[in-house]
Amino acid sequence: MELTLKEKRSASSSLMKKNIRKFLNNRLAMIGLIFMLILLFMCVFAPLFTSYDAETVDFTAMRAAPSREHIFGTDRLGRDIFARILYGGRVSILVGVVGAFSGSLIGMVLGSIAGYFGGKIDALLVRISELFQTFPQMVLILIMVAVLGQGLENLLIIFSLTGWMTTFRMVRNEFLSLKEETYVKVCEAFGMSKMSIMFGQILPNVMSPVIVATTVNVAGFILQEASLSFLGVGVPTTIPTWGNILNAAKSIDVVTNYWWLWLIPGLVITIFVLAVNFFGDGLRDVLDPKQQ
Amino acid sequence: MTKENREVIFQVRNLKTWFPIKKGMMKKTVGYVKAVDDVSLDIYRGETLGIVGESGCGKSTLGKTIMMLERPTSGEVHYLNQGEYKDITKFTGKELLAFRKEVQMVFQDPYSALNPLKKIYEAFEEPLKVHGVTDKKEREKIMYRVLELVNIQPDYLLRYPHEFSGGQRQRLCIARALEVNPQVLICDEPVSALDVSIQAQVLNLMKKIQRQMNLTYLFIAHDLSVVKYMSDRIVVMYLGKVVEVADSKELYKNPMHPYTRALLSAIPVPDIHYKKNRQVLEGEVPSPINKPSGCAFHNRCPHCMGICKEADPALQDDGKGHFVACHLYKEGKADE
Repeated sequence: MELTLKEKRSASSSLMKKNIRKFLNNRLAMIGLIFMLILLFMCVFAPLFTSYDAETVDFTAMRAAPSREHIFGTDRLGRDIFARILYGGRVSILVGVVGAFSGSLIGMVLGSIAGYFGGKIDALLVRISELFQTFPQMVLILIMVAVLGQGLENLLIIFSLTGWMTTFRMVRNEFLSLKEETYVKVCEAFGMSKMSIMFGQILPNVMSPVIVATTVNVAGFILQEASLSFLGVGVPTTIPTWGNILNAAKSIDVVTNYWWLWLIPGLVITIFVLAVNFFGDGLRDVLDPKQQ
Repeated sequence: MTKENREVIFQVRNLKTWFPIKKGMMKKTVGYVKAVDDVSLDIYRGETLGIVGESGCGKSTLGKTIMMLERPTSGEVHYLNQGEYKDITKFTGKELLAFRKEVQMVFQDPYSALNPLKKIYEAFEEPLKVHGVTDKKEREKIMYRVLELVNIQPDYLLRYPHEFSGGQRQRLCIARALEVNPQVLICDEPVSALDVSIQAQVLNLMKKIQRQMNLTYLFIAHDLSVVKYMSDRIVVMYLGKVVEVADSKELYKNPMHPYTRALLSAIPVPDIHYKKNRQVLEGEVPSPINKPSGCAFHNRCPHCMGICKEADPALQDDGKGHFVACHLYKEGKADE
């Protein structure tokens, strides 16, 4: 009996195949995915692509224009920009991914609680999220940097604390409608615990839009990291990130005379963020037919 | 089964389930929806007790309250377990979990009763895990047994709910409820979402299962012919109250309450020469928030008398187990 059960192919795989085919046919999303993967691969395996180190200072080649030795040129301390972009990408992408994921995690847990239990706890959580949402995020981040200090970990904490509201609202609203579904009542009638009903039964049905939102948030957080670091309040300048590379381009002199210091890192950020957004949109088309 | 040696498995006493209506910033309670309002009834072991009434009369809420899915506002529900009556409205934690093994429920909408993301196997496995069947082999054995009861092939376990028709889904839901080996099955309009041809199939299956497992059914429905087909006894509800209780045959032959008569006259008859003698009720069902004073039915009743507007009639026995709550019948006298 066991064997016959396992031999039967379930229809889920056919649904999966259909979805994958739908995604593969979406050219923009595929381009996004490919660019995203290429950049990710190059950052993760940076030593394979460049012999330079992100930190090595070379005073003989300060602000050198792109050449054969330094394909993207060097910055004011003679550090190779190509290497810095690759090594910096590691941090930038990590900040984006970890920030988006932990934000989504907080949003999911709080949203589930608010939506499932309702009543006072729901009202309280909704007010808190509204408070976070209406307060200018940049100012909030500046305040938190001032309080917690500058540092990679602190930036991640700040991103997850300020980035959970969208997921929270989405999950809460879905919970409000899904908790009335009969299968929830069935589980209650069997005496399942509230925890397992919330996270085991209802939450999986909410995951598609959450995945899409998380993907889009990754792009958003990478941009935020870049702008914060550009302002000098993001990741400490000792750590190379895409934002910190751009930070060098704060003076007019640099902007007019040394285009490779800002144009190239700027382009890389744009390409990666666009790629993530295209990928996210494609994912939405496949996973979340409601929001098309 | 003779009346005398029948064992009462559920005693419902003065059960009230009111839902508060909250308004304004301070969430002040401005009123109640009296979905179930002072209901008392007995359910005998092994019988099928049908509950009929219009939509909104509280029959589903009554079922859910007996199942303790809704907590009652007041009243008691005694359940017979190992020779002892226990008030289940006071159950919590372990006791409630044990009670859930005894009484299970089949819901109205088979389309949303199965989690769309879970394979049938998972949906069937979870309740068993909750109720302490830790051995995988043991669980699968139970699954195969209940699936056989509802005539569904075991290899369908690896399919997703969307691959099944409504009738199949309802059969799956029945099978899942039977997994924990319950004594009582509360069926909340189990066939109203199905095609008529499938309804008969599911109803016959339910009858068969009842015989095999010696189940007690609380059968909630608004379709009178379905209730007639299934039930041994019938409870007629109107606006959260029980207006008439009788044996199925007796009720259809000799309906006493004016509301029951109007209900029964609304059953369509498949005969073109049949002259309809319909009693059409005037007006709408009053809101369960502002119920009429006295008898809840008085503003639509063709036999309304002065007393009906003032006093709420109590359920009275006519001596043969036919209960009716109506001022037309005093002290067992059935004069019109």
